[in-house]
Amino acid sequence: MKYLCLICAEKVMEQMPQADADKHYEEYREFTSNIRASGHFVDCNRLLPPSAAITIRLRKGKISSTDGPFIETKEQLGGYYVIEARDLNEAIQVAAKIPGAALGCVEIRPIANDPQTLDVLGLS
Amino acid sequence: MTQVPEQDFSTALELLYRNENRRVLATLIRLIGDIDQAEEALHDAFQTALEQWPQQGVPDNPCAWLISVGRFKAIDKFRRDKRFDALEEIPEQHGAATVNFDDEHDDNLQDDQLRLIFTCCHPSLSAEAQIALTLREICALTTEEIARAFLIAPKTAAQRIVRAKAKIREARIPYEVPAPGQLAERLNTVLQVIYLVFNEGYSASSGTALTRHDLSTEAIRLGRLLLELLPAQAEIQGLLALMLLQDSRREARTTAEGDLILLAKQDRTLWNRDQINKGVVLVKRALGLPGFGVYTLQAAIAAVHVEAASAEMTDWREIIGLYNILLRIYPSPVIELNRAVAIAMRDGPAIGLELIEALISRGQLTDYHFMYATKADFHRRLGQRNEAIEAYQHALQLTQQEPERRFLQKRLTELQNQ
Repeated sequence: MKYLCLICAEKVMEQMPQADADKHYEEYREFTSNIRASGHFVDCNRLLPPSAAITIRLRKGKISSTDGPFIETKEQLGGYYVIEARDLNEAIQVAAKIPGAALGCVEIRPIANDPQTLDVLGLS
Repeated sequence: MTQVPEQDFSTALELLYRNENRRVLATLIRLIGDIDQAEEALHDAFQTALEQWPQQGVPDNPCAWLISVGRFKAIDKFRRDKRFDALEEIPEQHGAATVNFDDEHDDNLQDDQLRLIFTCCHPSLSAEAQIALTLREICALTTEEIARAFLIAPKTAAQRIVRAKAKIREARIPYEVPAPGQLAERLNTVLQVIYLVFNEGYSASSGTALTRHDLSTEAIRLGRLLLELLPAQAEIQGLLALMLLQDSRREARTTAEGDLILLAKQDRTLWNRDQINKGVVLVKRALGLPGFGVYTLQAAIAAVHVEAASAEMTDWREIIGLYNILLRIYPSPVIELNRAVAIAMRDGPAIGLELIEALISRGQLTDYHFMYATKADFHRRLGQRNEAIEAYQHALQLTQQEPERRFLQKRLTELQNQ
Protein backbone atom coordinates (compact mmCIF):
# COMPACT_ATOMS: atom_id res chain seq x y z
CA MET A 1 0.00 0.00 0.00
CA LYS A 2 1.10 3.53 -0.71
CA TYR A 3 0.45 6.34 1.74
CA LEU A 4 0.69 10.10 1.30
CA CYS A 5 2.12 11.83 4.35
CA LEU A 6 1.26 15.52 4.43
CA ILE A 7 3.48 17.56 6.70
CA CYS A 8 1.80 20.50 8.43
CA ALA A 9 3.46 23.01 10.72
CA GLU A 10 2.99 26.53 11.95
CA LYS A 11 6.24 27.59 10.29
CA VAL A 12 7.61 26.47 6.95
CA MET A 13 11.33 26.67 6.13
CA GLU A 14 11.12 30.23 4.72
CA GLN A 15 9.63 31.48 7.97
CA MET A 16 12.35 30.03 10.22
CA PRO A 17 15.62 31.66 11.25
CA GLN A 18 18.31 30.40 8.85
CA ALA A 19 20.15 28.40 11.50
CA ASP A 20 16.94 26.57 12.51
CA ALA A 21 16.06 25.90 8.90
CA ASP A 22 19.56 24.52 8.22
CA LYS A 23 19.25 22.17 11.15
CA HIS A 24 15.78 21.08 10.01
CA TYR A 25 17.05 20.45 6.47
CA GLU A 26 19.75 18.19 7.87
CA GLU A 27 17.14 16.22 9.80
CA TYR A 28 15.26 15.74 6.55
CA ARG A 29 18.46 14.63 4.78
CA GLU A 30 18.95 11.93 7.38
CA PHE A 31 15.30 10.81 7.51
CA THR A 32 15.02 10.66 3.73
CA SER A 33 18.24 8.71 3.35
CA ASN A 34 17.01 6.29 6.04
CA ILE A 35 13.72 5.55 4.32
CA ARG A 36 15.46 5.17 0.96
CA ALA A 37 17.67 2.53 2.57
CA SER A 38 14.72 0.81 4.24
CA GLY A 39 12.74 0.63 1.00
CA HIS A 40 9.82 2.74 2.21
CA PHE A 41 10.60 5.72 -0.03
CA VAL A 42 8.49 6.40 -3.12
CA ASP A 43 8.53 10.17 -3.59
CA CYS A 44 8.77 13.41 -1.66
CA ASN A 45 9.23 17.13 -1.91
CA ARG A 46 8.95 20.38 -0.10
CA LEU A 47 6.24 22.92 -0.94
CA LEU A 48 6.87 26.64 -1.27
CA PRO A 49 5.09 28.68 1.41
CA PRO A 50 1.31 29.15 1.31
CA SER A 51 1.90 32.79 0.31
CA ALA A 52 2.80 31.37 -3.12
CA ALA A 53 -0.43 29.40 -3.31
CA ILE A 54 -3.37 30.17 -5.54
CA THR A 55 -6.68 28.36 -5.13
CA ILE A 56 -8.83 28.10 -8.21
CA ARG A 57 -12.42 27.15 -8.91
CA LEU A 58 -14.17 26.69 -12.22
CA ARG A 59 -17.71 28.04 -12.03
CA LYS A 60 -19.95 28.24 -15.09
CA GLY A 61 -16.90 27.78 -17.28
CA LYS A 62 -15.00 30.64 -15.69
CA ILE A 63 -11.90 30.37 -13.59
CA SER A 64 -12.06 32.25 -10.36
CA SER A 65 -8.96 32.36 -8.24
CA THR A 66 -8.11 33.47 -4.77
CA ASP A 67 -4.74 33.96 -3.16
CA GLY A 68 -3.60 31.48 -0.60
CA PRO A 69 -4.29 27.86 0.30
CA PHE A 70 -7.83 26.50 0.19
CA ILE A 71 -7.97 26.02 3.90
CA GLU A 72 -6.97 28.72 6.30
CA THR A 73 -5.57 27.14 9.40
CA LYS A 74 -2.76 28.02 11.71
CA GLU A 75 -0.83 25.02 10.41
CA GLN A 76 0.32 25.09 6.82
CA LEU A 77 1.14 22.35 4.37
CA GLY A 78 4.93 22.36 4.06
CA GLY A 79 5.82 19.19 2.19
CA TYR A 80 4.93 15.60 1.53
CA TYR A 81 6.22 12.06 1.34
CA VAL A 82 4.75 9.18 -0.58
CA ILE A 83 5.77 5.99 1.17
CA GLU A 84 5.28 2.29 0.58
CA ALA A 85 4.31 0.39 3.72
CA ARG A 86 2.87 -3.01 4.64
CA ASP A 87 -0.17 -1.45 6.28
CA LEU A 88 -1.49 1.64 8.01
CA ASN A 89 0.32 0.85 11.24
CA GLU A 90 3.67 0.53 9.48
CA ALA A 91 2.93 3.85 7.74
CA ILE A 92 2.31 5.39 11.16
CA GLN A 93 5.65 4.07 12.39
CA VAL A 94 7.50 5.53 9.39
CA ALA A 95 5.64 8.85 9.40
CA ALA A 96 6.28 9.36 13.10
CA LYS A 97 9.94 9.80 12.21
CA ILE A 98 9.35 12.62 9.72
CA PRO A 99 11.15 15.59 11.34
CA GLY A 100 8.07 17.79 10.84
CA ALA A 101 6.04 15.45 13.07
CA ALA A 102 8.01 16.75 16.04
CA LEU A 103 7.21 20.41 15.20
CA GLY A 104 3.76 20.22 13.63
CA CYS A 105 1.77 17.21 12.54
CA VAL A 106 1.67 14.69 9.72
CA GLU A 107 -1.56 13.61 8.06
CA ILE A 108 -1.42 10.09 6.64
CA ARG A 109 -3.72 9.40 3.70
CA PRO A 110 -3.90 5.98 2.09
CA ILE A 111 -3.53 6.30 -1.69
CA ALA A 112 -6.35 4.66 -3.64
CA ASN A 113 -5.55 1.52 -5.59
CA ASP A 114 -8.99 0.35 -6.67
CA PRO A 115 -9.33 -0.83 -10.30
CA GLN A 116 -11.49 2.13 -11.37
CA THR A 117 -9.03 4.72 -10.07
CA LEU A 118 -6.05 2.93 -11.57
CA ASP A 119 -7.83 2.67 -14.92
CA VAL A 120 -9.03 6.28 -15.04
CA LEU A 121 -5.62 7.61 -14.10
CA GLY A 122 -3.79 5.28 -16.49
CA LEU A 123 -1.82 3.75 -13.63
CA SER A 124 -2.72 0.09 -14.10
CA MET B 1 26.74 -20.34 2.52
CA THR B 2 24.56 -21.85 -0.17
CA GLN B 3 24.68 -20.46 -3.67
CA VAL B 4 21.27 -19.85 -5.18
CA PRO B 5 20.73 -18.76 -8.78
CA GLU B 6 19.61 -15.15 -8.77
CA GLN B 7 16.24 -15.72 -10.42
CA ASP B 8 15.23 -18.22 -7.70
CA PHE B 9 16.46 -15.92 -5.06
CA SER B 10 13.57 -13.52 -4.64
CA THR B 11 11.07 -16.40 -4.58
CA ALA B 12 13.16 -18.12 -1.92
CA LEU B 13 13.28 -14.97 0.16
CA GLU B 14 9.57 -14.42 -0.28
CA LEU B 15 8.88 -17.96 0.89
CA LEU B 16 11.19 -17.48 3.85
CA TYR B 17 9.40 -14.26 4.68
CA ARG B 18 5.98 -15.87 4.50
CA ASN B 19 6.94 -18.87 6.63
CA GLU B 20 9.34 -17.44 9.14
CA ASN B 21 8.83 -13.72 9.59
CA ARG B 22 6.54 -14.09 12.63
CA ARG B 23 9.00 -16.39 14.36
CA VAL B 24 11.87 -14.01 13.70
CA LEU B 25 9.71 -11.15 14.98
CA ALA B 26 8.80 -13.01 18.18
CA THR B 27 12.48 -13.47 19.03
CA LEU B 28 13.43 -9.92 18.03
CA ILE B 29 10.80 -8.55 20.44
CA ARG B 30 12.46 -10.44 23.29
CA LEU B 31 15.95 -9.26 22.31
CA ILE B 32 14.99 -5.64 21.62
CA GLY B 33 12.28 -5.24 24.21
CA ASP B 34 9.78 -3.29 22.11
CA ILE B 35 7.27 -4.43 19.50
CA ASP B 36 7.57 -1.36 17.23
CA GLN B 37 11.35 -1.40 17.23
CA ALA B 38 11.36 -5.14 16.64
CA GLU B 39 9.07 -4.70 13.63
CA GLU B 40 11.44 -2.13 12.19
CA ALA B 41 14.37 -4.43 12.85
CA LEU B 42 12.54 -7.27 11.09
CA HIS B 43 11.92 -5.04 8.09
CA ASP B 44 15.56 -3.92 8.03
CA ALA B 45 16.82 -7.49 8.31
CA PHE B 46 14.81 -8.64 5.28
CA GLN B 47 15.86 -5.50 3.39
CA THR B 48 19.50 -6.34 4.11
CA ALA B 49 18.96 -9.93 3.00
CA LEU B 50 17.48 -8.64 -0.24
CA GLU B 51 20.66 -6.63 -0.85
CA GLN B 52 23.30 -9.07 0.37
CA TRP B 53 22.13 -12.59 -0.33
CA PRO B 54 22.21 -12.41 -4.15
CA GLN B 55 25.96 -11.72 -3.94
CA GLN B 56 26.93 -13.55 -0.79
CA GLY B 57 24.57 -16.51 -0.96
CA VAL B 58 21.93 -17.62 1.49
CA PRO B 59 23.33 -18.25 4.97
CA ASP B 60 23.12 -21.81 6.32
CA ASN B 61 20.72 -20.77 9.05
CA PRO B 62 18.70 -17.94 7.49
CA CYS B 63 16.51 -17.34 10.55
CA ALA B 64 19.48 -16.99 12.88
CA TRP B 65 21.08 -14.63 10.37
CA LEU B 66 17.94 -12.49 10.15
CA ILE B 67 17.58 -12.34 13.93
CA SER B 68 21.21 -11.38 14.35
CA VAL B 69 21.12 -8.70 11.63
CA GLY B 70 17.81 -7.33 12.90
CA ARG B 71 19.18 -7.01 16.39
CA PHE B 72 22.33 -5.22 15.23
CA LYS B 73 20.26 -2.84 13.12
CA ALA B 74 18.16 -2.00 16.16
CA ILE B 75 21.21 -1.36 18.32
CA ASP B 76 22.65 0.77 15.55
CA LYS B 77 19.49 2.87 15.31
CA PHE B 78 19.32 3.21 19.04
CA ARG B 79 22.91 4.49 19.16
CA ARG B 80 22.27 6.94 16.34
CA ASP B 81 19.13 8.30 18.00
CA LYS B 82 21.02 8.76 21.22
CA ARG B 83 24.16 10.21 19.68
CA PHE B 84 23.72 13.55 21.42
CA ASP B 85 23.25 11.82 24.74
CA ALA B 86 25.89 9.89 26.56
CA LEU B 87 26.61 6.82 24.46
CA GLU B 88 27.20 4.79 27.57
CA GLU B 89 23.61 5.05 28.65
CA ILE B 90 22.41 2.24 26.46
CA PRO B 91 20.02 0.18 28.52
CA GLU B 92 20.93 -3.37 29.18
CA GLN B 93 18.43 -4.85 26.79
CA HIS B 94 20.02 -3.00 23.88
CA GLY B 95 23.68 -3.61 24.43
CA ALA B 96 25.00 -5.71 27.21
CA ALA B 97 23.99 -9.25 26.46
CA THR B 98 25.53 -10.55 23.27
CA VAL B 99 23.64 -13.57 22.07
CA ASN B 100 25.17 -16.25 19.96
CA PHE B 101 22.32 -17.48 17.85
CA ASP B 102 23.83 -20.84 17.17
CA ASP B 103 23.36 -21.42 20.88
CA GLU B 104 19.72 -20.37 20.85
CA HIS B 105 17.78 -23.53 21.48
CA ASP B 106 14.67 -24.32 19.56
CA ASP B 107 12.87 -24.33 22.91
CA ASN B 108 13.76 -20.74 23.41
CA LEU B 109 12.56 -19.73 19.95
CA GLN B 110 9.31 -21.65 20.48
CA ASP B 111 8.91 -19.92 23.80
CA ASP B 112 9.25 -16.59 22.01
CA GLN B 113 6.18 -17.39 19.96
CA LEU B 114 4.30 -18.24 23.13
CA ARG B 115 5.53 -15.05 24.76
CA LEU B 116 4.15 -13.08 21.83
CA ILE B 117 0.79 -14.85 22.02
CA PHE B 118 0.45 -14.28 25.76
CA THR B 119 1.48 -10.64 25.39
CA CYS B 120 -1.03 -9.92 22.61
CA CYS B 121 -3.75 -11.61 24.68
CA HIS B 122 -2.76 -10.00 27.96
CA PRO B 123 -5.78 -9.54 30.26
CA SER B 124 -5.04 -5.85 30.80
CA LEU B 125 -5.82 -5.17 27.13
CA SER B 126 -9.43 -4.86 25.99
CA ALA B 127 -10.87 -7.76 24.00
CA GLU B 128 -10.89 -5.59 20.88
CA ALA B 129 -7.24 -4.71 21.34
CA GLN B 130 -6.30 -8.34 22.02
CA ILE B 131 -7.96 -9.43 18.80
CA ALA B 132 -6.48 -6.68 16.64
CA LEU B 133 -2.99 -7.18 18.02
CA THR B 134 -3.16 -10.98 17.74
CA LEU B 135 -4.30 -10.84 14.13
CA ARG B 136 -1.64 -8.31 13.16
CA GLU B 137 1.38 -9.51 15.13
CA ILE B 138 0.83 -13.28 15.12
CA CYS B 139 -1.26 -13.91 12.00
CA ALA B 140 0.48 -11.12 10.02
CA LEU B 141 -2.78 -9.63 8.76
CA THR B 142 -2.53 -6.00 7.68
CA THR B 143 -4.41 -3.27 9.52
CA GLU B 144 -6.63 -2.84 6.48
CA GLU B 145 -7.49 -6.57 6.40
CA ILE B 146 -8.41 -6.55 10.08
CA ALA B 147 -10.60 -3.50 9.52
CA ARG B 148 -12.39 -5.17 6.62
CA ALA B 149 -12.97 -8.38 8.56
CA PHE B 150 -14.48 -6.53 11.52
CA LEU B 151 -16.34 -3.96 9.40
CA ILE B 152 -14.57 -1.02 10.99
CA ALA B 153 -12.64 1.89 9.47
CA PRO B 154 -8.92 1.20 8.93
CA LYS B 155 -8.06 4.20 11.11
CA THR B 156 -10.09 2.68 13.97
CA ALA B 157 -8.18 -0.58 13.66
CA ALA B 158 -4.89 1.34 13.41
CA GLN B 159 -5.62 3.27 16.58
CA ARG B 160 -6.55 0.11 18.50
CA ILE B 161 -3.17 -1.33 17.58
CA VAL B 162 -1.26 1.86 18.39
CA ARG B 163 -3.00 2.13 21.78
CA ALA B 164 -2.52 -1.54 22.60
CA LYS B 165 1.21 -1.24 21.95
CA ALA B 166 1.40 1.94 24.01
CA LYS B 167 -0.38 0.13 26.84
CA ILE B 168 2.10 -2.76 26.70
CA ARG B 169 4.96 -0.26 26.83
CA GLU B 170 3.54 1.95 29.57
CA ALA B 171 2.18 -0.81 31.79
CA ARG B 172 5.46 -2.68 31.26
CA ILE B 173 3.62 -5.86 30.40
CA PRO B 174 6.37 -8.47 30.60
CA TYR B 175 7.25 -10.53 27.54
CA GLU B 176 6.93 -13.93 29.11
CA VAL B 177 5.09 -17.22 29.27
CA PRO B 178 3.00 -17.18 32.48
CA ALA B 179 4.24 -19.26 35.40
CA PRO B 180 2.62 -22.73 35.73
CA GLY B 181 0.30 -21.48 38.47
CA GLN B 182 -1.15 -18.81 36.19
CA LEU B 183 -0.99 -20.70 32.94
CA ALA B 184 -4.53 -22.10 32.97
CA GLU B 185 -6.12 -18.72 33.61
CA ARG B 186 -3.99 -16.85 31.07
CA LEU B 187 -4.45 -19.61 28.53
CA ASN B 188 -8.17 -19.15 28.93
CA THR B 189 -7.88 -15.55 27.68
CA VAL B 190 -5.87 -16.71 24.68
CA LEU B 191 -8.47 -19.38 23.85
CA GLN B 192 -11.21 -16.78 24.20
CA VAL B 193 -9.48 -14.48 21.70
CA ILE B 194 -9.05 -17.33 19.23
CA TYR B 195 -12.68 -18.42 19.60
CA LEU B 196 -13.93 -14.84 19.18
CA VAL B 197 -11.94 -14.56 15.94
CA PHE B 198 -13.36 -17.90 14.81
CA ASN B 199 -16.94 -16.91 15.61
CA GLU B 200 -16.57 -13.58 13.91
CA GLY B 201 -15.65 -15.53 10.80
CA TYR B 202 -18.19 -18.32 11.31
CA SER B 203 -21.21 -16.20 11.98
CA ALA B 204 -20.60 -12.53 11.36
CA SER B 205 -22.43 -10.46 13.97
CA SER B 206 -23.62 -8.02 11.32
CA GLY B 207 -23.32 -7.41 7.61
CA THR B 208 -24.35 -9.39 4.58
CA ALA B 209 -21.91 -12.31 4.51
CA LEU B 210 -22.88 -15.18 6.78
CA THR B 211 -19.32 -16.40 7.05
CA ARG B 212 -16.15 -14.43 6.75
CA HIS B 213 -14.09 -17.48 6.04
CA ASP B 214 -10.68 -15.90 6.35
CA LEU B 215 -11.13 -15.22 10.04
CA SER B 216 -12.21 -18.79 10.76
CA THR B 217 -9.22 -20.06 8.85
CA GLU B 218 -6.89 -17.75 10.78
CA ALA B 219 -8.41 -18.89 14.08
CA ILE B 220 -7.91 -22.55 13.18
CA ARG B 221 -4.34 -21.79 12.20
CA LEU B 222 -3.78 -20.05 15.54
CA GLY B 223 -5.25 -23.04 17.34
CA ARG B 224 -2.85 -25.36 15.51
CA LEU B 225 0.12 -23.15 16.34
CA LEU B 226 -0.86 -23.03 20.01
CA LEU B 227 -1.31 -26.80 20.14
CA GLU B 228 2.13 -27.25 18.60
CA LEU B 229 3.61 -25.00 21.29
CA LEU B 230 1.64 -26.45 24.23
CA PRO B 231 0.81 -30.02 23.16
CA ALA B 232 -0.42 -31.33 26.54
CA GLN B 233 -3.23 -28.84 27.21
CA ALA B 234 -6.67 -30.45 26.95
CA GLU B 235 -8.58 -27.24 26.24
CA ILE B 236 -6.37 -26.25 23.29
CA GLN B 237 -7.19 -29.62 21.72
CA GLY B 238 -10.82 -29.12 22.66
CA LEU B 239 -10.99 -25.66 21.08
CA LEU B 240 -9.22 -26.78 17.90
CA ALA B 241 -11.61 -29.76 17.69
CA LEU B 242 -14.61 -27.47 18.21
CA MET B 243 -13.48 -25.09 15.47
CA LEU B 244 -12.74 -27.92 13.02
CA LEU B 245 -16.11 -29.57 13.68
CA GLN B 246 -18.05 -26.31 13.28
CA ASP B 247 -16.07 -25.35 10.20
CA SER B 248 -16.66 -28.79 8.64
CA ARG B 249 -20.28 -27.75 8.02
CA ARG B 250 -19.36 -24.51 6.29
CA GLU B 251 -20.35 -25.60 2.77
CA ALA B 252 -23.66 -27.02 3.96
CA ARG B 253 -24.77 -24.10 6.11
CA THR B 254 -25.96 -21.77 3.36
CA THR B 255 -27.64 -21.94 0.00
CA ALA B 256 -25.96 -20.53 -3.10
CA GLU B 257 -27.98 -17.36 -2.48
CA GLY B 258 -26.52 -17.08 1.02
CA ASP B 259 -29.64 -18.21 2.90
CA LEU B 260 -29.33 -20.19 6.12
CA ILE B 261 -29.89 -23.93 6.18
CA LEU B 262 -30.61 -25.41 9.61
CA LEU B 263 -28.61 -28.37 10.87
CA ALA B 264 -31.47 -30.82 10.40
CA LYS B 265 -31.91 -29.81 6.74
CA GLN B 266 -28.24 -29.73 5.76
CA ASP B 267 -26.88 -32.02 3.06
CA ARG B 268 -24.51 -34.07 5.19
CA THR B 269 -22.47 -35.21 2.20
CA LEU B 270 -21.22 -31.62 1.95
CA TRP B 271 -19.64 -31.79 5.36
CA ASN B 272 -15.84 -31.82 5.32
CA ARG B 273 -14.93 -35.38 6.37
CA ASP B 274 -11.25 -34.57 6.78
CA GLN B 275 -12.00 -31.84 9.31
CA ILE B 276 -14.55 -34.09 11.07
CA ASN B 277 -12.07 -36.93 11.43
CA LYS B 278 -9.38 -34.62 12.79
CA GLY B 279 -11.85 -32.96 15.15
CA VAL B 280 -13.15 -36.28 16.50
CA VAL B 281 -9.62 -37.58 17.16
CA LEU B 282 -8.75 -34.36 18.99
CA VAL B 283 -11.90 -34.37 21.10
CA LYS B 284 -11.39 -37.98 22.18
CA ARG B 285 -7.82 -37.24 23.15
CA ALA B 286 -8.85 -34.07 25.04
CA LEU B 287 -11.52 -35.95 27.02
CA GLY B 288 -8.79 -38.31 28.23
CA LEU B 289 -6.60 -35.50 29.55
CA PRO B 290 -6.87 -33.76 32.92
CA GLY B 291 -8.28 -30.23 32.83
CA PHE B 292 -10.69 -30.50 29.94
CA GLY B 293 -13.44 -27.90 30.09
CA VAL B 294 -16.01 -25.91 28.16
CA TYR B 295 -14.34 -26.07 24.74
CA THR B 296 -13.77 -29.80 24.91
CA LEU B 297 -17.37 -30.43 26.01
CA GLN B 298 -18.78 -28.22 23.27
CA ALA B 299 -16.55 -30.06 20.80
CA ALA B 300 -17.87 -33.37 22.14
CA ILE B 301 -21.44 -32.17 21.52
CA ALA B 302 -20.50 -31.07 18.01
CA ALA B 303 -18.90 -34.49 17.46
CA VAL B 304 -22.13 -36.30 18.39
CA HIS B 305 -23.96 -34.17 15.83
CA VAL B 306 -21.53 -34.76 12.98
CA GLU B 307 -21.29 -38.47 13.64
CA ALA B 308 -25.04 -38.96 13.20
CA ALA B 309 -26.08 -40.14 9.74
CA SER B 310 -29.17 -37.90 9.89
CA ALA B 311 -30.82 -35.43 12.25
CA GLU B 312 -33.33 -38.11 13.33
CA MET B 313 -30.56 -40.52 14.21
CA THR B 314 -28.77 -38.00 16.47
CA ASP B 315 -28.07 -39.35 19.95
CA TRP B 316 -29.96 -36.66 21.88
CA ARG B 317 -29.51 -38.47 25.19
CA GLU B 318 -25.75 -38.25 24.81
CA ILE B 319 -26.00 -34.58 23.86
CA ILE B 320 -28.24 -33.76 26.85
CA GLY B 321 -25.82 -35.58 29.15
CA LEU B 322 -22.92 -33.49 27.81
CA TYR B 323 -24.93 -30.27 28.26
CA ASN B 324 -25.61 -31.27 31.86
CA ILE B 325 -21.88 -31.62 32.57
CA LEU B 326 -21.21 -28.38 30.72
CA LEU B 327 -23.79 -26.52 32.80
CA ARG B 328 -22.31 -27.85 36.00
CA ILE B 329 -18.81 -26.50 35.26
CA TYR B 330 -19.97 -23.41 33.40
CA PRO B 331 -23.47 -22.23 34.28
CA SER B 332 -24.67 -20.03 31.42
CA PRO B 333 -28.12 -19.15 30.07
CA VAL B 334 -26.92 -19.66 26.47
CA ILE B 335 -25.97 -23.24 27.32
CA GLU B 336 -29.33 -23.68 29.06
CA LEU B 337 -31.03 -22.54 25.88
CA ASN B 338 -29.09 -25.03 23.78
CA ARG B 339 -29.87 -27.77 26.27
CA ALA B 340 -33.56 -26.86 26.01
CA VAL B 341 -33.35 -27.37 22.23
CA ALA B 342 -31.78 -30.80 22.70
CA ILE B 343 -34.41 -31.79 25.30
CA ALA B 344 -37.16 -30.63 22.95
CA MET B 345 -35.70 -32.86 20.25
CA ARG B 346 -35.93 -35.86 22.58
CA ASP B 347 -39.09 -35.08 24.59
CA GLY B 348 -41.04 -32.70 22.36
CA PRO B 349 -41.41 -28.91 22.02
CA ALA B 350 -43.76 -28.47 25.02
CA ILE B 351 -40.96 -29.41 27.48
CA GLY B 352 -38.54 -27.15 25.59
CA LEU B 353 -40.98 -24.28 25.84
CA GLU B 354 -41.27 -24.72 29.61
CA LEU B 355 -37.50 -24.46 29.96
CA ILE B 356 -37.45 -21.28 27.83
CA GLU B 357 -40.28 -19.72 29.83
CA ALA B 358 -38.20 -20.39 32.96
CA LEU B 359 -35.26 -18.50 31.39
CA ILE B 360 -37.51 -15.56 30.51
CA SER B 361 -39.07 -15.42 33.97
CA ARG B 362 -35.53 -15.05 35.35
CA GLY B 363 -35.01 -12.14 32.94
CA GLN B 364 -32.28 -13.95 31.06
CA LEU B 365 -31.41 -13.75 27.33
CA THR B 366 -34.20 -11.24 26.73
CA ASP B 367 -32.08 -9.44 24.11
CA TYR B 368 -30.83 -12.61 22.41
CA HIS B 369 -32.48 -13.20 19.04
CA PHE B 370 -31.80 -16.95 19.06
CA MET B 371 -33.88 -17.27 22.22
CA TYR B 372 -36.96 -15.78 20.53
CA ALA B 373 -36.28 -17.68 17.31
CA THR B 374 -36.20 -20.93 19.33
CA LYS B 375 -39.33 -19.97 21.25
CA ALA B 376 -41.08 -19.18 17.97
CA ASP B 377 -40.07 -22.54 16.56
CA PHE B 378 -41.46 -24.41 19.58
CA HIS B 379 -44.79 -22.52 19.34
CA ARG B 380 -44.91 -23.21 15.62
CA ARG B 381 -44.37 -26.92 16.15
CA LEU B 382 -47.11 -26.90 18.79
CA GLY B 383 -49.48 -25.22 16.34
CA GLN B 384 -49.66 -22.02 18.44
CA ARG B 385 -49.74 -19.66 15.47
CA ASN B 386 -50.21 -16.29 17.20
CA GLU B 387 -47.55 -16.92 19.84
CA ALA B 388 -45.15 -18.08 17.13
CA ILE B 389 -45.75 -14.94 15.03
CA GLU B 390 -45.13 -12.72 18.03
CA ALA B 391 -41.87 -14.48 18.90
CA TYR B 392 -40.61 -14.37 15.28
CA GLN B 393 -41.31 -10.63 15.21
CA HIS B 394 -39.40 -10.21 18.44
CA ALA B 395 -36.44 -12.18 17.07
CA LEU B 396 -36.46 -10.13 13.86
CA GLN B 397 -36.15 -6.91 15.84
CA LEU B 398 -33.05 -8.23 17.58
CA THR B 399 -30.96 -9.61 14.71
CA GLN B 400 -28.76 -7.50 12.49
CA GLN B 401 -27.50 -10.30 10.33
CA GLU B 402 -29.04 -10.35 6.86
CA PRO B 403 -29.26 -14.14 6.21
CA GLU B 404 -30.84 -14.67 9.63
CA ARG B 405 -33.31 -11.87 9.01
CA ARG B 406 -34.32 -13.47 5.71
CA PHE B 407 -34.74 -16.85 7.38
CA LEU B 408 -36.93 -15.47 10.18
CA GLN B 409 -38.92 -13.35 7.74
CA LYS B 410 -39.62 -16.41 5.59
CA ARG B 411 -40.96 -18.37 8.56
CA LEU B 412 -43.03 -15.40 9.66
CA THR B 413 -44.58 -14.92 6.23
CA GLU B 414 -45.44 -18.63 6.03
CA LEU B 415 -47.28 -18.41 9.32
CA GLN B 416 -49.09 -15.20 8.45
CA ASN B 417 -50.34 -16.76 5.19
CA GLN B 418 -51.77 -19.80 6.95
